[in-house]
Amino acid sequence: MRLLKFILINLFFFGLLKAPGLFLGKPIPASIVSMYMFFIVITVLLVMTITDKGAKGLFAPIAALVEDPSKALIRNIVFVIVPVVAAFVVYMQSNDAFAPPVELRSAHPAPPAMVKAYGKTFDLATLENPYRRLAKEGPVAFSALVREGGEVYFKNCVFCHGPKLDGRGHYANALDPLPMPFSGNDTIAQLQESYVFWRVVKGGPGLPREGGPSISSMPSWEASLTEEEVWKVILFIYDYTGNTPRSWK
Amino acid sequence: MALSNKRLSIIKVVFSLSFFAFLLAVYFFASGQPVVSAPVLGALDYPATHGVNRRLAVWMAAQMHLWFAAFVLAVPILVLILEFIGVIKKDKRYDRVACEFLRVSITAFSLTAITGALLLLSLIVFYPQLMKYLASIFGPTALFYALFFLFESATLYAYYYGWGRMSEGSLKWVHLLIGLGLNTAGTGLMFVANAWVTFMMTPAGVDVSGVFNGNLWEAVNNHLWSPMNLHRFIANIAYGGSIVGAYAAYRYLSAANEKERAHYDWMGYTSSLIAIGALLPLPFAGYWLTAEIYSYSQQMGITLMGGVFAWLFIVQAVLIGALFLAANYYLWCGFGRGSYGERYLGYVKYIAFVIAICFLVWFTPHTLILTPTEARALGGQYHPYLGPLGLMPAKNTAVNIMLLFTFLSFLLYRRSHRTPTVAWAAYGKAAQAGLFTAAVINITFLGVYYGYFTNTLYKVASSVPQVATTLFVIVACLVIEAFMHRGAERTEFRWGRMPGRSQYALLLIAVSFTWLMGLMGFVRSAIRQHWHVYGVMRDASAEAFTPSIAYAAKVVSIGTIIFMSIIVFIFWLSSAGREASDE
Repeated sequence: MRLLKFILINLFFFGLLKAPGLFLGKPIPASIVSMYMFFIVITVLLVMTITDKGAKGLFAPIAALVEDPSKALIRNIVFVIVPVVAAFVVYMQSNDAFAPPVELRSAHPAPPAMVKAYGKTFDLATLENPYRRLAKEGPVAFSALVREGGEVYFKNCVFCHGPKLDGRGHYANALDPLPMPFSGNDTIAQLQESYVFWRVVKGGPGLPREGGPSISSMPSWEASLTEEEVWKVILFIYDYTGNTPRSWK
Repeated sequence: MALSNKRLSIIKVVFSLSFFAFLLAVYFFASGQPVVSAPVLGALDYPATHGVNRRLAVWMAAQMHLWFAAFVLAVPILVLILEFIGVIKKDKRYDRVACEFLRVSITAFSLTAITGALLLLSLIVFYPQLMKYLASIFGPTALFYALFFLFESATLYAYYYGWGRMSEGSLKWVHLLIGLGLNTAGTGLMFVANAWVTFMMTPAGVDVSGVFNGNLWEAVNNHLWSPMNLHRFIANIAYGGSIVGAYAAYRYLSAANEKERAHYDWMGYTSSLIAIGALLPLPFAGYWLTAEIYSYSQQMGITLMGGVFAWLFIVQAVLIGALFLAANYYLWCGFGRGSYGERYLGYVKYIAFVIAICFLVWFTPHTLILTPTEARALGGQYHPYLGPLGLMPAKNTAVNIMLLFTFLSFLLYRRSHRTPTVAWAAYGKAAQAGLFTAAVINITFLGVYYGYFTNTLYKVASSVPQVATTLFVIVACLVIEAFMHRGAERTEFRWGRMPGRSQYALLLIAVSFTWLMGLMGFVRSAIRQHWHVYGVMRDASAEAFTPSIAYAAKVVSIGTIIFMSIIVFIFWLSSAGREASDE
């Protein structure tokens, strides 16, 4: 009974992890499901083996299967089925080898220490948005700059990143991976403005290897936008989404 | 005869420690000439190694040295605490176990010195220019290092061999004082070495081209020195406790009789309690260290947790998960030691559920490993539901709640052998339950509101009240518990009745700690990437690339196996030595 309970509890959690994929079309990746399930199985196993009685009850059917002479027939059947199932799993996995490999792409990889652009070298550790201080010192001028940044955005970025800055522009569905959303609090809210400056100026081609430079469709805007326009558009995307740049001050 | 053998071995220890200290001091003084700036290196500045992978050699030597050093720095701290408790409680068991702890670590002292000498040698041979540059700045600190080493060796000798002679009266206090001296010297040693290591990550006291401004204190007290000192100090205590716990488990499993089993059961419990006690504040010290890395350089910070090493942090979370689960399992099994333990068994599944959920949150990555089909379905690298769990506020919330529930396991364990008899016991328990509930609500609110609905500055700052809440509840519940159990109806713990599988939990804790230290040590060092001294002195050797995660994991895993094998050998030596002296 305890063994059955053990199996059922684990199956319940497995079903729970599969549900978002089956019912909402947003699957929890297999890599995460295996990590979660590993931990869940171990936790259930530990809880069920705290006492000697519990441990004995859990493993009794397995011990009986292996040791009880009267269960020779079922033992032989199980001993055939287990390797066959294992072989089937291996076969299925090797069959998957024809599919493209899984991706470990870092959407926000570490930036370089220095960036060369517009005939200058920028130190990303100390680089700040020159207009940011106006948010406090000159709110009217700041609003004007944000508006100018908005114009830059709607002339250049909107096609991919979308009118709501949610990464769902007209061209978005033609791109893989999809363009980054700026709304929400897990993209630009996590980054310093100097990081965003680097990403806009250098685009996909400027990404390090871990960021998959060949995968990203983001162009390098260095040749199309001026330095000032880049800073203004950065002001706009933070302002529009209600995010604040990462800062240590 | 036995005594002279012991003396001989301790002389060997003292000799090897002193030899290492001498070597280091000589090297630093000899090469500590002022340099104009950090040298710009070329491939020819690194001596040919003829088939030896220089980075691997230094890596392994450093790792082994750090593992042994952590162990030998930690054990005297545990020993001093236990000896002190023994004196206050007038309980000879603490004294006996403290002395046994120290004996276990004695062999490790000489191995620390040997691996330290190996590390120094490999650094001088393989990276002479780097050592020359560091010596030009830190030369004078080598003198402190050597002095601390000599003082540590001398106090260790006096502490260990004075145990029997200074066991009573005022001499016992002198003995405790020697122990304090030993620990002060050991901690001082670590602080000096930490200054060199942290300088390489966050150099201070030098300009952009590496020219030293002459202010040595500025170089020592660089950005990461204090957080690293604190993190390593706490971690060493936890690590030492876990290794001694593993020793107790080893002896418990091989115990020949009930008396021995009871003794090692108690030893395992005491040491694991210290290990887990030190583990509780460790995530907070780690958080401070990481926040300082981020604030010094976003490149290092993102490389650490958002970039190439992010997945090693997931591995770290899994290992810490295993560690906490093992610790809880050990406590749950311990319910059987007390007469009233059975009444708390029903709570275990709920505690386990909360802890498991917390760990699932803790090791949920932000950037996922996706198959092309999954990537298409999700439309990006971030999951719409799991994405927020990949950020630090979720992890801070999870770790605080998990710590609270681990503490709850401990509270129930302590109640497994006693029942309060005070009239207000029901109110006391209600107050504790209220505190727990309020704490969980407060921690969740702080994590969710400040983590996701305000800017990053508040997000980082909100972790402080979260920690304060956890610590406050732990202390408050302990105070209530202490008053509530005054004059309680109690039975003795039945030591030696733990199931064998609980001892494997202790072994798992030690292995997890070792592995964790190796993996995270690599990450900390590797975020410098192609710099010897970050932003100041570039590494131009052929090995200046960042190895793949798989390669790093393999190196650390092999190191862990080697180290744990040596530790098991030390355990065997220690028990063999004890049997010989008993005979």
